[in-house]
Amino acid sequence: MDDLQAVAVPETGVLLEMYRRMLRIRRFDERAVDRHGKGEIPGPMHTSIGQEATAVGACLAVNEDDYMTGTHRSHGHPIAKGVGLDALMAELMGKGSGVCGGKGGSMHLADFSVGSLGESGIVASAMPVAVGAALSAQIRGSGQVVICFFGDGAVNEGAFHESLNLAAVWHLPVIFVCENNGYGITTPVDAASAVPVVADRAAAYAMPGVRLDGQDVLAVYGSVREAAERARRGEGPSLIEAMTYRFREHSEMGSNFSFGPYRSDEEIAEWLERDPLVLFRTAVLEAGLIPAVELDEIETEVDAEAAAAVKFARRSDFPPPEQAYVGLYLDERREPASLELDYA
Amino acid sequence: MAELTYRDAIARGIAQEMARDDRVVLIGEDVAGSGGVFKTTVGLLDQFGPKRVIDTPISEQAILGAVMGAAMTGLRPVAEIMFSDFFAVCWDLVVNQMAKTRYMTNGQVALPLVVKSGNGGGLRFGAQHSQAIENWAMAVPGLKVVTPSTPEDVIGLMAAAVRDDDPVLFFEAKGLYPTKGEVPAGEIVDTLGTAKVRRAGTDATVLALGLMVPRAMQAADHLAGQGISVEVIDVRSLVPLDTATILGSVAKTGRLFTVEENPRLLGWGAEIVSIVAEESFWDLDAPIERITTPHIPLPSADSLEDLVLPSADSIAQTVEKALQA
Repeated sequence: MDDLQAVAVPETGVLLEMYRRMLRIRRFDERAVDRHGKGEIPGPMHTSIGQEATAVGACLAVNEDDYMTGTHRSHGHPIAKGVGLDALMAELMGKGSGVCGGKGGSMHLADFSVGSLGESGIVASAMPVAVGAALSAQIRGSGQVVICFFGDGAVNEGAFHESLNLAAVWHLPVIFVCENNGYGITTPVDAASAVPVVADRAAAYAMPGVRLDGQDVLAVYGSVREAAERARRGEGPSLIEAMTYRFREHSEMGSNFSFGPYRSDEEIAEWLERDPLVLFRTAVLEAGLIPAVELDEIETEVDAEAAAAVKFARRSDFPPPEQAYVGLYLDERREPASLELDYA
Repeated sequence: MAELTYRDAIARGIAQEMARDDRVVLIGEDVAGSGGVFKTTVGLLDQFGPKRVIDTPISEQAILGAVMGAAMTGLRPVAEIMFSDFFAVCWDLVVNQMAKTRYMTNGQVALPLVVKSGNGGGLRFGAQHSQAIENWAMAVPGLKVVTPSTPEDVIGLMAAAVRDDDPVLFFEAKGLYPTKGEVPAGEIVDTLGTAKVRRAGTDATVLALGLMVPRAMQAADHLAGQGISVEVIDVRSLVPLDTATILGSVAKTGRLFTVEENPRLLGWGAEIVSIVAEESFWDLDAPIERITTPHIPLPSADSLEDLVLPSADSIAQTVEKALQA
């Protein structure tokens, strides 16, 4: 982001929204970590802290009615696509007011109203679904595109291969966005992939592949926009590899658990220097694009939003017991205390 | 009425729904130009064109992802997984995606899709192309599971499956593809979750599914000659399960036999037997018996495959022996 003059800078409204959504992800996850540590959020939780620019750059580059699929590390994706924080935080806390009524949890913060098609906790498993949504868009002639988020760990799953191949052979409007944070839990990419540059794999599927700085929201935004335009022209999918880093551990597991020393202190320190929020703020201030006071205002507002989300979630009720038994089938053939309950 | 084969009935059922609703599309390996390796989709490409009848690469995960993504975004797709054994390479999409997404997202989305698949033995295809896996599907909450045994049921249940808003696994009994049956003219629409009494009887209830239904009927014919009156129920749908019809029949006959193509452990009959034991124990006059394939993979040699699959003879012998004991 050093040479901001060299890239096509979006209009100020988009820049402000980039900052707002990146901050929302950061503050949301910081508070989620805090509440998880206090025992208010059950189960595992994978934060997006450090990876905000990739999610926001990609989601702001497409339209609200375009689709998106996520991963197990997907707190950031719905926020980047425009979902408010209240229902997401309530979902983490297992409350009935959660975006999925408390039945999804951290790995499934899906809000279909913004084009989310769900987030899969199974690595690479949402990728074929993204391709299906793109097939539907093509058949219906809707002009919609699909952003398919996945991590570096997904690229050695069979579903990755099947998805990229099918999308390419049918010229489907998919933008495959690899959030390469360097590690599949603790295993480094070099030890996992014979061809460690994910973008290079695009050649195997006759689609354009690009590796870029995932900490640079403008770079991600520009590249995804280009890929989306290409997809809308009927020219098929693209593969974008965004180099990023998770600032925290693979998941929040409590203070008694350690993933072991798999990342050096030097490496972590280097990446912390590349905080996407700081990089963005510094660049737009230096370029004189946005006055500091406006960025400060956004920070104040987002802090308040995140605090309010925690308050909303904590005050919400747990789901009513009957909630466990509904929503499996659209055709609810269930009558409590009858055979239907157990055997559908 | 006209006579139709089971395989032709599949194409007719899909065509009926594609003609009615342009959101219905068909995708799968070799389903378009060649009309399917089992010839169950013949004529659909000509009638509906390449935009709605689509050949895929050999990529079962991609096929199931494609129909799932399409079903969530406005289409009502039908996928073919050529042999049901291949579900083993794409079961993640079935179990973790199709079956759970509606529940996990608190009902935000419907999944109106059908996955049709050639299922079961009898064709000498060997252990990796002959499995009856409807019991796998029955074990997963969130799926609907049907297996028709007659051409008329094929059309009606296919229509019901396509019109249903939940994911339906439609198992075609491969051994029945060439069999024929009378089919009325015009639109046929059946109801998921309903069993059919194929033959009324008073001495024993025999439950069968798919390929096992005609064998159970043959056994019942034979037993009638011995003075034993057998009620044959075609279960048709494992989920939803028509417990009312099954329990009603057991109440009448007091004897229950299941005829399952699945290997013995946890075949679909095991679950039904458990339901009957819990709900209708006092209606039973004697222990329930399950007639199943032994707990082995299917051998390909015709003599061995015939030996291990339940046959009309083995069904008749088991029932006769039990009733005379």
